[in-house]
Amino acid sequence: MSGKFVVGYDGSVSARRALEFAVERARAQGGSIVLTHVLEWSPYSFLTPNELEERHLRRREEMERAEKAIMHPVVAELKDSGVPVETAIRYGNTADQLGKVAREMNAVQIVIGRDGQSEIGARIFGSVAVALVQTSPVACTIVP
Amino acid sequence: MYNKSFPAVMTAAGLALAGVPAHAQSVDETVNQIFADSTGWFVNLIFANFPGTSFPWIVAWLVIGATVFTIYFGFIQFRAVGHSIALVKGDYSDPNDAGEVSHFQALATALSGTVGLGNIAGVAVAVSIGGPGATFWMILAGLMGMASKFTECTLGVKYRNEYEDGRVSGGPMYYLSKGFAERGLPGGRILAVLFSIFCILGALGGGNMFQANQAHQQITGVVGQYPGWITGLVFAGLVFAVIVGGIKSIARVTEKIVPFMGLLYVGTALVIIAMNYHLIGWAFGQIFAGAFTGLGVAGGMVGALIQGFKRAAFSNEAGVGSAAIAHSAVRTKEPITEGVVSLLEPFIDTVVICTMTALVIIITQQLVTDPQTGLYLLNEAGNGVQTVGGTSGVGLTSAAFGSAIGWFPYVLAIAVILFAFSTMITWSYYGLKAWTYLFGEGDTKELVFKLIFCVFVVIGAAASLGPVIDFSDAAIFAMAVVNIIGLYFLMPVVKRELDSYMSRLKSGEIKKFE
Repeated sequence: MSGKFVVGYDGSVSARRALEFAVERARAQGGSIVLTHVLEWSPYSFLTPNELEERHLRRREEMERAEKAIMHPVVAELKDSGVPVETAIRYGNTADQLGKVAREMNAVQIVIGRDGQSEIGARIFGSVAVALVQTSPVACTIVP
Repeated sequence: MYNKSFPAVMTAAGLALAGVPAHAQSVDETVNQIFADSTGWFVNLIFANFPGTSFPWIVAWLVIGATVFTIYFGFIQFRAVGHSIALVKGDYSDPNDAGEVSHFQALATALSGTVGLGNIAGVAVAVSIGGPGATFWMILAGLMGMASKFTECTLGVKYRNEYEDGRVSGGPMYYLSKGFAERGLPGGRILAVLFSIFCILGALGGGNMFQANQAHQQITGVVGQYPGWITGLVFAGLVFAVIVGGIKSIARVTEKIVPFMGLLYVGTALVIIAMNYHLIGWAFGQIFAGAFTGLGVAGGMVGALIQGFKRAAFSNEAGVGSAAIAHSAVRTKEPITEGVVSLLEPFIDTVVICTMTALVIIITQQLVTDPQTGLYLLNEAGNGVQTVGGTSGVGLTSAAFGSAIGWFPYVLAIAVILFAFSTMITWSYYGLKAWTYLFGEGDTKELVFKLIFCVFVVIGAAASLGPVIDFSDAAIFAMAVVNIIGLYFLMPVVKRELDSYMSRLKSGEIKKFE
């Protein structure tokens, strides 16, 4: 069975490295890529009345922008590489959503990049990598 | 949200209005005169007492409405609390709707419009005039008000407008016009227009000028006297930046700090109550005894009852219709769910926060009793209970907290200012929605209202516009007159929705996610 690789992708340099790493493995194994972009969101955040009114509209805009600016170029690029690619855009906590996508898609692995945050920064702000390692339902590769 | 006994708060806090420049003074006087002459009848009408009593009919109107809804919906406020909390937690939210407005967010935003000066200053007024017994009636009115909120917020979602571009608008003006039309009833459009007019006036007054004025009082209380227009300009600048400039960061910071301040306030109150744990039983004894005997306060039991009912109604806005505007943006297929969530609003506002204020004032023994009889002593004017420092209104709350935790009055001052600001932002939106309902949408039309709103911030902070504020207060309660008439006609719609929803919830057709 060919496996699916969930790649956390936000268009950054480190995410790019993770993608390249995953594409290489997927190609070798005859697997595929699930390109996943998570928009950070909490249902417990506080919004002004005006933001409430426009939320549905903004959400649609955010999804379109993510699709067009982040996902589309990569999908077009991967078409030529011969590795099949699917996309997923989600709202929520990044580590949480990557795990969920992996479960839903029956993926074999999650691959993310690391942006080389300092240790103190990671301690204070937490990091996606640490959270993911602790919660991921499947094997997890963090590409430095 | 705000506090009607405006002069009491000011005088008792020992704060005279700031030195307003001479030219503004004359403008003040002119405006006062014009307003007093032309609107006095309206104010008197709204706040008129029943003949031969000192019981304002508008308070009875709100309480009777709340009682009718409570009985009609079978004590929904007690039956649905568990489900309400599950909805706020997101147990019934479709994960595919992540990124849309959650129940929590709609509730939090509506709360930021109601939690404010009413909870801090208004309660102090109630307790200092009506004695500890006022607390009992206040809690009762808060519990009843939950049913009014439930009714109006369900209708707000049911009859909201969802536009092509994805924006959502709702509130009494929409359910009055669309709901009445749907039921084949006449007059919906007229009620909606009346509601909108009162809502605009209420937004400019109670939701704006009063807030600016009280914020200025708080600042001068800490740093000393200076002209009010300076505070007004700063506030107007901030409000302008948020509502005209779209500077989201200011609003976002406020929206984040305000809940924190609310928690800090309740937390501190709990600490003070815990520090005096041996008095808790006594305090509740005073509340119950005072509720039925008055314990010597002016007006006796009836005095306690009126004060309690008044403050609850004025603080949580149940029946006024304002909250339905904020609640209607939620992402849900079932209007009942938002009604159920909105039940928590008067509960948090009145039953929790207002009660904390009252308990702290009672437990720190700010109210003076006669050691012989145990009855409360009246102040010199004979219109309220004598307090330790002769304080009342926000000054009394501040003194009560300060007697236990010396530095807390400073925190309280900051909290009042932030609450005032967030209430202004929320009400600017309510006013704008009413404005666009009347005049239609459009950038220029909206800008006109926003600029008027900012101008009124400066006027509110700079001047002592007693009649203007009385008028705006009357406008907010006039909203309740129009809104509750509408609710009586539309409550069968809510009943149908409720029965259908509850049966589907019971049968398992509506399930939790995960």
